[in-house]
Formats: sequence, structure tokens, C-alpha cells
Amino acid sequence: MNCVLGPDNILYDTVLFREVYNFVGQVLPCWLSWFVAGFVIIFLLVNAVLLGAAAFSWMERRLIGKFQNRLGPNRWGPFGLFQPIADMVKLLFKEDLTPGTADKLVFLAVPVAMVAPVMLMLAVVPFAKDTALANLNVGVLYILAVTSVTSIAIFMAGWSSNNRFALFGAARGVAVLISYEVPVVVSLLGVVMLAGSMSLADVVSAQTLPFIIVQPMAFFVFVAGTAAELNRTPFDMAEAESELIAGYHTEYSGIKFAMIQAAEFGGVMAASGVIVTLFLGGWEGPAAHWLGWLWFLLKTMAVAVGFIWVRATFPRLRIDQLLALAWKFLLPVSLINLLATALEIYFLRDASGVLTRGDLGIMTGINLALMAGCVFLFGSLVREKVRPVAPGLPPGVTPVILPARESPARDLPAGETD
Amino acid sequence: MYGLAMAKGLMVTLKNLTKKPFTVQYPEERLKQHPRFRGEEFVWYEERCTGCASCAKYCPLGIIKIVTSPSETAPAEGDKYRLEEFDIAINRCMFCGLCVEACPYDALFMGSGFEQGSYSRQDMVITIDELRQADKHPSTFYRPQLEAQEYDPRGGRPLDWRQVGRESWQWHQREKAGMRIAGRPAPGDGDPDGEGNQLSAPATGEG
Repeated sequence: MNCVLGPDNILYDTVLFREVYNFVGQVLPCWLSWFVAGFVIIFLLVNAVLLGAAAFSWMERRLIGKFQNRLGPNRWGPFGLFQPIADMVKLLFKEDLTPGTADKLVFLAVPVAMVAPVMLMLAVVPFAKDTALANLNVGVLYILAVTSVTSIAIFMAGWSSNNRFALFGAARGVAVLISYEVPVVVSLLGVVMLAGSMSLADVVSAQTLPFIIVQPMAFFVFVAGTAAELNRTPFDMAEAESELIAGYHTEYSGIKFAMIQAAEFGGVMAASGVIVTLFLGGWEGPAAHWLGWLWFLLKTMAVAVGFIWVRATFPRLRIDQLLALAWKFLLPVSLINLLATALEIYFLRDASGVLTRGDLGIMTGINLALMAGCVFLFGSLVREKVRPVAPGLPPGVTPVILPARESPARDLPAGETD
Repeated sequence: MYGLAMAKGLMVTLKNLTKKPFTVQYPEERLKQHPRFRGEEFVWYEERCTGCASCAKYCPLGIIKIVTSPSETAPAEGDKYRLEEFDIAINRCMFCGLCVEACPYDALFMGSGFEQGSYSRQDMVITIDELRQADKHPSTFYRPQLEAQEYDPRGGRPLDWRQVGRESWQWHQREKAGMRIAGRPAPGDGDPDGEGNQLSAPATGEG
């Protein structure tokens, strides 16, 4: 039963899979150890998302409470740590309603379609050195592709619910997602050019300087776009609860609602992991060979806290402001960033195409100056201009003067006046 | 520059993050109640009550039920009725305090409590026995002179019937000399001034 994964196998680069396969293969037949190794990976992935969602929901509720001078959930467990368990139990026991006029099959498929991309997104993120569950050589492209599936799930939810608020929310969500996909992709091109690879492991190892300072514009665009794709405030048009009840998941309850919420909270954690990997140096840090997972976790938490901070601060944008921000600010800025990065790489790299740390430092200076200029230049485009209202009627409108209506005579008692 | 306002907003929320929460964890912590709070747990001084039923007449909801009978000293002028029932149905009470305002003898007071919730409507009726046995912690609503003697309705010493009247309790001694509570020790015992000891003695002599 000596099953050993050969280097020709497609999963050979996935260290975790290979190790589990080789370990289990000592006693089990090859086909079974294949399944066992696959199960271990899937188990890790699913639980990482669900635990991340639970941790994030607790963290968000506590922190939003602190931001608003409240306490947040603190009744169950130390610091209310078991609150996600209570939420989950409550949602599991609630009645699982399906509207009578809903498109049943699509309605049922939505929670799965929401959760799956989040899990898939985490599959290529390296938690520590050589620890990505699947080390794809097109990791960045894969992440962009997989996150776009969420928009389909949102539209499925809105359409199948047969509810006008759900449909409004879905339409808004899709509009936002389509708009923000473009600047996000363009901003990631700069990172990919700097790393010279689309593999996330290579992106991490290329960050001798974290890309957040080398590519500040790309970082801002990516974070804003990610927040929009996650339907987080200030971009939560799709589920604006003060306007659309709950947006696309208005009709969901019970376990389905729990899954959608888990997908949203887990999505923030997964997106934070992606941001950390692409811009904050991933698992790199002191003693990264041993403590890489810790640095990754801490950085991810920091980014997630940043998302919560933004949520606690900014009010929701209107849809036109949202689209104006995407098309008038983020897209030009990311395009300029792309052009600048391409020129910098062209002039700074040595003969073998390698960028040293000093090169990255020079690029940092240029890009920061460029960012200040871009913010100054394009910021005025999204700033709303308040025009003073001209007195009188607009030109071309002739006033229609109605005959004065006579007030009906009132009978006043004698001796009284109005 | 564009974007500075966003940073300013973020700093505002960050400042709030470091502040102490305003939340009062109710069952464990309690806010200090205002002394003139109109709460449940009516405080009733039987020694002062003459059974005139002004409170029952003034109650807009009619939830005070008073049954009286002439006491054995009833024919004597200035004597009081004997109270047989004094029920306050606080499940319908709106705590307007009109009964307290109406009482001419300062016998009825609002309380400071707000935790009388129960599972049965029958439990929400305060009977005369409960009123007799309850601790006397009157709210200072409509009797602000109680605050002059540094009295705290929420805890602290309970107030004796002599200490709560708008006028001196000796008012009773002079004008209601025949006052007596049936089946209870004479209220004049342990009088601090030493003047009230004769309160019940003439009454028994007349009877």
C-alpha cells in the first residue's frame, strides 16, 4: 500500500494534500487515501470559512458596539464569545420559509451558490509558507473569477424570491459588482506585473517591500472594490436595510439565511486574506517559517477590523455616487497606476528582469507622489457640486396664472370679526 | 484635499472606540432612581389613613377599592373608619399619582419600584395586608419636604408614619384625639418628643 504522490501529479504542489496522501497511503489503498486527503483539505476549507464567519460576526458586533459606545453581545460566554453559536442555533431552529410564488429550485440553490465562492476563494490563499490548499499558477485570475460568481448568486436570490425588494436589491448589487469589477482587475494588474506571476505564493515572495506602499493606489482601489463586492458599507446598496428591508435575501429565513450570512461574514475574512496576500506581505514576518500562520492571521484580523471601522464610520452611498466613484475615480486612478507601474518596471528592472528592494523603494516614492496628484485631480470629479437654485422658473417655462379662488363667505355671529 | 474628510470621520469613530460604554447592565447594575419617581409598591400608613376614600374617588381608573366600617369609637367626633379592604390593582395603574395628591392626611405615597411584573393578574393586586407589611420607603413625589430630612427612597431607613406628614404628627393628637388602630399597638409608643404618649389613652377612655 505504498502510495506516494508523484511529481507529475497535478496536486503535487499542494503540500498539505501530498503529505496527507503519503501519510495515509502507507496503510490505505491508493484510491482511498486520495479521498482521505481530499476530505481533509475540504474539511479544513469549509471549517476555515465557517469559523472565520463566526469569529468575524462576533468581532463585528462587539466592535461596532464599542464604536457606538455600547457593549455589544456579552451575555453568553466570556466577552460574549459564544454568541455566534447562539445565533446559529436560533437560525437552525427557525422555520425555513419558502415563498409560495418563488422559483423553488433557484431559491434553494442560492445559499450554496453564495457559500461556495467564499470557500473556493480561500483555497488558493497561502496561510503560511507552502500551505496553500491549492497552489494555482493563475491564482489571481482564479480569485477574480470565483468572486464574480457571487453576483450570479445575488441575482438568483433576487429573481427567485419573487419579491420586488429582493429584485431591487439584486439589480443594485449586480450594477455595483459589474462597475467595481473593472477597477479591481486593472488595479491587480500592477501587482501581477510587479510579482511577475499570478501565483499567490509568488506574489508573497516577491514582496520584499509590501505592495501596499509600492502600490498605494492599487491597494485603495482594490480595498474599495472588495468592499463593494462584499456588499459592505458604505457600498451596501444591495441589502440597504433602511431602504430595501434586507435586499436580495429578504425572503430567506432559517438555515438558508444562516448560510447567506455565513457567506457574507466569511467573505470578509476571505477577502481580508486575499488583501493580506496581495498587498501586506502575506505570511511574511519575523520567524516566518514557524510563525507564518500567525502573521497571516494577525494581518487578516487587522484588515477585517479595518472593514468594521469603515462600516462604523461611513454612511451608505447613493447609487449614482457609487457608480460615479467607480467610473470617475477608481477606474482612472487604477489605469494611471497601471501605466505608471509598467513604465517604472520597464526603466528600473535589470537585464534579467528582476526588481531589487531599492527599485521597489524608488517606485514607492513615485507612486505616492502620483497618488497625491491623482486624488487631487480626480477627487473633484466625484465631489458633488451643489448648484444654487436660481430664483424663479427655469427658462422656457411660462407661468400659468390661475384665477384667484374666492373664499367661501362665513357667517359670523353679529358683533364678531375675524 | 479630497479624502481628508474621510480620514477625519474615521478619527471620530476611533475616538469613540476608546470611550467608556454608556450601557448599564440592568440586572447587575442599576441606575440611581430619582427620589420623586412615581413607582409601584405604594406606601400606605394605616395610622394616618382615616378611610375617607379620597384616593379611590380621585383615581381616574378606579382601581383603588376601599371597604370601611365604623370603628367602635365611630360616634366620637374626629374618629376614623376602620379599614377592612384597601386593594390597589396596579396592573391597570398608570402611576399618575393623583391618589397621592388627593390624600388629605398624607397617608398614601408612591413607591420607587418598577419590578412588580408577574405571570398572573391576581398577583398584581396589592392587598391591605401587603400594604401593612411592606417596608415604608415612600417616594418623595408630591411630598418634597421628605427630601429635607435627607431621606433616600431607594434603601436606607424606612420612614415612620410620624415622619412623613406635611404637618407635625401632633396635628392628629390635637384634632383627632380619638384616633386608634384596631388590633394594633397604640402608635404613640416610643415617641421621640415625649408628647405623643397620650394619643391612644383618651380614645380608650372614651370608648
